[in-house]
Amino acid sequence: MNFGMSDLMPMLPEIFLLAATCAILITDLFISDQRRFLTYLLSLLTLAICGWLTFSTATGITAYTMHGMFIDDLLSDTLKLFLYITVAVVLVYSREYLHLRGLFRGEFFVLVLFATLGMMVMISGGNFITLYMGLELLSLSLYALVAMQRESALAVEAAMKYFILGALASGMLLYGMSMVYGATGSLDINHIGLLLQMGVANPAVLVLGLVFIVAGVAFKLGVAPFHMWIPDVYQGAPTAVTLFVGTATKLAAFAFAIRLLAQGLQAFSADWQQMLAIMAILSLAIGNVTAIAQTNLKRMLAYSTVAHMGFLLLGILSADVAGYSAALFYVVSYVITGLAAFGMIMLLSRHGFEAENLDDLKGLNQRNPWYAFLMLLVMFSLAGVPPTIGFYAKLAVLQSLVSTGHTGLAVVAVVFSLIGAFYYLRVVRLMYFDKAEDTHPITPSFDFKILMSVNGLAVLALGIMPQPLMAMCLYAVEQSL
Amino acid sequence: MLAGYPILSLVIWLPIISGVLVLATGSDRNAPLARILALVGASVSFAVTWPLWRWFDTQTANMQFSEFSSWIPSFNINYHLGVDGISMPLILLNSFMTVLVVLAGWRVIQNKVSQYMAAFLIMSGLINGVFAALDAMLFYVFFEAMLIPLFLVIGIWGGPRRVYAAIKFFLYTLMGSLLMLVAFIYLYFQANGSFEILAFQALPLTMSVQIMLFMAFFMAFAVKVPMWPVHTWLPDAHVEAPTGGSVILAAITLKIGAYGFLRFNLPITPDASHYLTGFIVTLSLIAVVYIGLVALVQGDMKKLIAYSSISHMGFVTLGIFMFNSIGMEGALVQMISHGFVSAAMFLGVGVMYDRLHSRQISDYGGLAKNMPVFAGLLMLFSMANSGLPGTSGFVGEFMVIMGTMQVNFWYAFLAASTLIWGAAYTLWMYKRVIFGAVTRKEVAQMKDVVPREFVILGVLALLVLAMGVYPRPLTEVIHSSVSNLLAHVAQSKLP
Repeated sequence: MNFGMSDLMPMLPEIFLLAATCAILITDLFISDQRRFLTYLLSLLTLAICGWLTFSTATGITAYTMHGMFIDDLLSDTLKLFLYITVAVVLVYSREYLHLRGLFRGEFFVLVLFATLGMMVMISGGNFITLYMGLELLSLSLYALVAMQRESALAVEAAMKYFILGALASGMLLYGMSMVYGATGSLDINHIGLLLQMGVANPAVLVLGLVFIVAGVAFKLGVAPFHMWIPDVYQGAPTAVTLFVGTATKLAAFAFAIRLLAQGLQAFSADWQQMLAIMAILSLAIGNVTAIAQTNLKRMLAYSTVAHMGFLLLGILSADVAGYSAALFYVVSYVITGLAAFGMIMLLSRHGFEAENLDDLKGLNQRNPWYAFLMLLVMFSLAGVPPTIGFYAKLAVLQSLVSTGHTGLAVVAVVFSLIGAFYYLRVVRLMYFDKAEDTHPITPSFDFKILMSVNGLAVLALGIMPQPLMAMCLYAVEQSL
Repeated sequence: MLAGYPILSLVIWLPIISGVLVLATGSDRNAPLARILALVGASVSFAVTWPLWRWFDTQTANMQFSEFSSWIPSFNINYHLGVDGISMPLILLNSFMTVLVVLAGWRVIQNKVSQYMAAFLIMSGLINGVFAALDAMLFYVFFEAMLIPLFLVIGIWGGPRRVYAAIKFFLYTLMGSLLMLVAFIYLYFQANGSFEILAFQALPLTMSVQIMLFMAFFMAFAVKVPMWPVHTWLPDAHVEAPTGGSVILAAITLKIGAYGFLRFNLPITPDASHYLTGFIVTLSLIAVVYIGLVALVQGDMKKLIAYSSISHMGFVTLGIFMFNSIGMEGALVQMISHGFVSAAMFLGVGVMYDRLHSRQISDYGGLAKNMPVFAGLLMLFSMANSGLPGTSGFVGEFMVIMGTMQVNFWYAFLAASTLIWGAAYTLWMYKRVIFGAVTRKEVAQMKDVVPREFVILGVLALLVLAMGVYPRPLTEVIHSSVSNLLAHVAQSKLP
């Protein structure tokens, strides 16, 4: 085995992030609490440099390194760039929130960065082992993050639930992978794809393995019936962590699903399509219907996530380039919208007060028309009403469904999005039609204010001009798969 | 001609931009500024529609003032605008109504003025977009987006049950339009990757597909019209909405439903339209007769006018599905006329409500004594609402009855009964509110219309009379497009 520098080049961002995170971990030990801001800045700087590295090494040509363990293609570069932006936004939104709750500690940043590294490995994984390693790095960091607020019983319970169910899902995933390995004798996803196309593998063992792999992927995406952890974790975790779990990890989970299903097991798409169809419909039904009954905003958004991930599955289900790019577009627009939605919860929270109930939004238009307007955009985007980005995301998925002959599924999807519209409208109603009970002034920091405005307006601007993002998603998928 | 000038874009975006400017005036401290800015914005927006009327070519059924540029090339969605004789008058009507709505809310709205005015301006631009869009997805975006401001208008400035009404309104209309979205996507693939409405219209389709598509469109537009039995959102929305909201609902958004039938159902699925004529005619006649009777027993004036709107819109759908020139032109004339008359009726109720804060007929009586000018104006509008010759209400109804008579005597007989029901409910309401003895001292203190209200109602009165006496300018504009549409619908699209 000969290693040259050129073998390491495709994974330069990962290497840098690992080194930088270790450096931050050590630096943080020597920083007093008053100067913790430095850790925060260093973390943002690290992400910026990662972004620059990814951007400058993106060639558009798919490169394999470490004997195919690691893939660097346009899809991975695109997803990583979105990931950096998402994580950076999460950090900026979280700063004040963490500060007020005594959670503004080095661990938070280090864990977030390690989780980011895990996600990057997942995004670029070319081998079952790499994918699994990335997943575990992400999951272990997340368990710790969820439990960070030690005094909160809710958070500890959520972390416990997350950990047990997550371990179970990892076990299932590993079991499925071992089955596929047994059937094909390979762990390399491209190699497996090739073998399956040639039809040399034992289909019975493979399909059994496939079931377990799909279950594992479904758990990570949080689609029904593997969604049980989502509401508890979303509600129990500190909102800063919810923001992170609810947005950034979706990008990685999407990549994970694409690598396993589209790249590895594409030849068996007829089998996994059926499973995905059932899970998607279940998610849309459970997510949308259960969300109606929620009074806790974080829990409501959790169920809404379940429904959205169901919609995402519908895109993957089309199993062609149009479908995958629709799913990519969907996940990116969901992340942009989700950032703003959870960001708004943190914006309304203050010292000793969590704005996590729906009623806390009452009369927001009276308190601050601008934030109410931004939240209005976010809600209509989640409901999929034009001219917001959420509409085009749904449109792209529906279009790929109809083009592959799944018109029935498309009709089911729109019926459930109608049900979903109800609880998003209820949020708008609370903000605009009800009188404010809480009259505390909303005073976010300057950077939060600017970022929130940009984030909220992006939902509208990308809805009026969706072409660049759409074309980018299509190009990335076309070049990579 | 004004070839090359983006008049339609101006007509769409000018009100939206002025709406954003009005919004920027912020809190109620700047309310006077917001009002003036809104009035200027609405007036200028109406002024820029004038070239559409002036340079409209009545000889052709082609799309005029077309604009085309690529919008989302990935899906081949284009920013394609254009108007014909069917859509042009509706754009004018909408832009004109927005000016009246701004004026009508001048004094009454004291709370969040800038948001109120901005909502109407933005909505006005979006509705113009609905009528001008020639790309199905562009149409859909405008069609859905206009729900948002209307939802807010009903919910923020509405009556006591406004929240219920706003959510019911939104969900009802969203339900209809989502199926239409699937229909659009289906047609997109049938048309080899194009969302052009004109391409959809040329597409051959089998009967079963046509029926499915017809039903999808029907769901979207029947809810908007609204046709019996999906009309129940309308009385709620009307009663709870502020006067301006009611005016726009009645005068404009209902027309979007009828416009949808003319632009989508008929030309895209002509065979299904013929096949399902009996179905539509039955629903329309139920609306005309049954809803007319329902209107008769209402104690709430706004509710009464809301039901009367449903009944009149039944006439419109009836005329459209007669598939003859006079019926369809009658339907279009009725649409415009109803726009003026229903708006005037709602504004009239608004004038009374602003003084007594009641919409109940029983709370009034004897208004003629201290509000003689108002009583006179309302008399004219009531007559127009009951379809008296010489008013615009008569022209449309008469033409539709003529068109129906050519098809079936009994349809026409039932439809004509509306002249009785309409007169009964409108004039009975008028009698109870305006005549009789003054029984309450609050009523005796009501002041007659102020100049602002007089101008609003007076302009509408002139328009109602002008259209009733000399409707030719309007029928000339719509004639070519209607003939062309009928010729298109007469040809089978079965492969």
